[in-house]
Amino acid sequence: MRAPLSLLPLCLDNVVFEVGQRRIVDGISMRLDAGPRTVILGPNGAGKSVLLRLCHGLLLPTAGRIAWNSPEVAGGPRRQAMVFQRPVLLRRSALGNVTYALKLAGVPFGQRGARALEALRKVGLEGVAGRPARVLSGGEQQRLALARVWALHPEVLFLDEPTASLDPGATHEIEKVILALHAAGTKIVMVTHNLGQAHRLGDEILFLHQGRLVERAPADRFLKHPASSEAAKFLEGELPW
Amino acid sequence: MNSVTEAAGQALALVVAADPKLVDIVLLSLRISLSAVSIGCVIGLPLGAAIAVNEFRGRRMLIVILNGLMGLPSVVVGLVVYLLLSRAGPLGSWGILFTPTAMVIAQAILITPTLAALSRQVVGDAWQEYREQLRSLGESRLGAAPTLLWDLRFSLVTIVLAGFGRAASEVGAVMIVGGNIDGVTRVMTTTIALETSKGDLPLALGLGFILLFIVLALNAGAYVVKETAQRRYG
Repeated sequence: MRAPLSLLPLCLDNVVFEVGQRRIVDGISMRLDAGPRTVILGPNGAGKSVLLRLCHGLLLPTAGRIAWNSPEVAGGPRRQAMVFQRPVLLRRSALGNVTYALKLAGVPFGQRGARALEALRKVGLEGVAGRPARVLSGGEQQRLALARVWALHPEVLFLDEPTASLDPGATHEIEKVILALHAAGTKIVMVTHNLGQAHRLGDEILFLHQGRLVERAPADRFLKHPASSEAAKFLEGELPW
Repeated sequence: MNSVTEAAGQALALVVAADPKLVDIVLLSLRISLSAVSIGCVIGLPLGAAIAVNEFRGRRMLIVILNGLMGLPSVVVGLVVYLLLSRAGPLGSWGILFTPTAMVIAQAILITPTLAALSRQVVGDAWQEYREQLRSLGESRLGAAPTLLWDLRFSLVTIVLAGFGRAASEVGAVMIVGGNIDGVTRVMTTTIALETSKGDLPLALGLGFILLFIVLALNAGAYVVKETAQRRYG
């Protein structure tokens, strides 16, 4: 059996997303390749989360085209995943949440338990496998969301401010898992507000402003010497370190 | 006032002594209403969930109709089922008019819209929260309905109880399709109506006590289940 063609690269061609008269994403064209960890930065209302949802297929562009190299089969298992700011976990055990995702991915019943446990181990949650997911701490819940993703071995993972509501310790744990997922071969595309996190996790930065892709640069260069005046202003206002 | 306290005393004595006639009536009532609730759940809950997560033409209209049917007068249901099941009616050949089966059918028709409308509401609210995550994981709308029903199982307990309360306490439909035949189709509510008009207040009051007690006990039980479950499962 031949391995399926890679999902990536993902190409956006003049993508627009409007709600009523408001343009939230305003003509973005770009290409995302396998490999580097991509971090999307920008002020509130820049369209970062919407762009992520457009890429992931949760929203459809009102104009323009979004094309994967080898698209997912409709109704088939998903080859990309997303982690949200606040994870939605089912009222089941931590393990049950992971096996549920494996069921949707078409993994045979007999293999789900072992694979789910393995994923929980990867994020350090094997000790709470039997606990109800919704009573875990915020950091544990987000790690569980990452375990759920890990079990699926997605080619691309979108993350929408995954540590926005977590304390520094929990944030550190989440970042470790994200780096490990990347090391295992998953393309990372992450929205964050935290410039320190962008610095730690980003290989390249996409800077959005008022729905437009204003700048795209390697993380080091962007954070030290932004080319656009909007990015310079943003970094000055937000610089936390 | 005196006769009321006297009747209440006699009623309590009947309950305490577990009067066989009274016990039979209570058991029949429970059997009929629980059967009706089971049927209502099997049809109403999936229907409500399916309407909550799917988008189709006429959805709003259907929701308005379902919500309206929550106020369905039980005598009207009784009358319609009576016409369907009567000897000259389209289902007359079944020969089940004036049997407990007919009463189950009438109560099921009465409460299914309630169960569907309320579960539509609860599942619809949750769907707003879950939609992106479930779609991201590749869940279909068809699969989302049972997933949500299971995830909301503790909230649905309250809805099912509301359905049971309506079934157990209605009198019009079972009176018409059951006929209130002594020992066959006489349930708590029809007995209360009959004995009150006959002036046999102790039996009527005793059944009233029991009916109240059952509904209260079930609600208390459901409350405890829900609280405990929410503490455990979040």
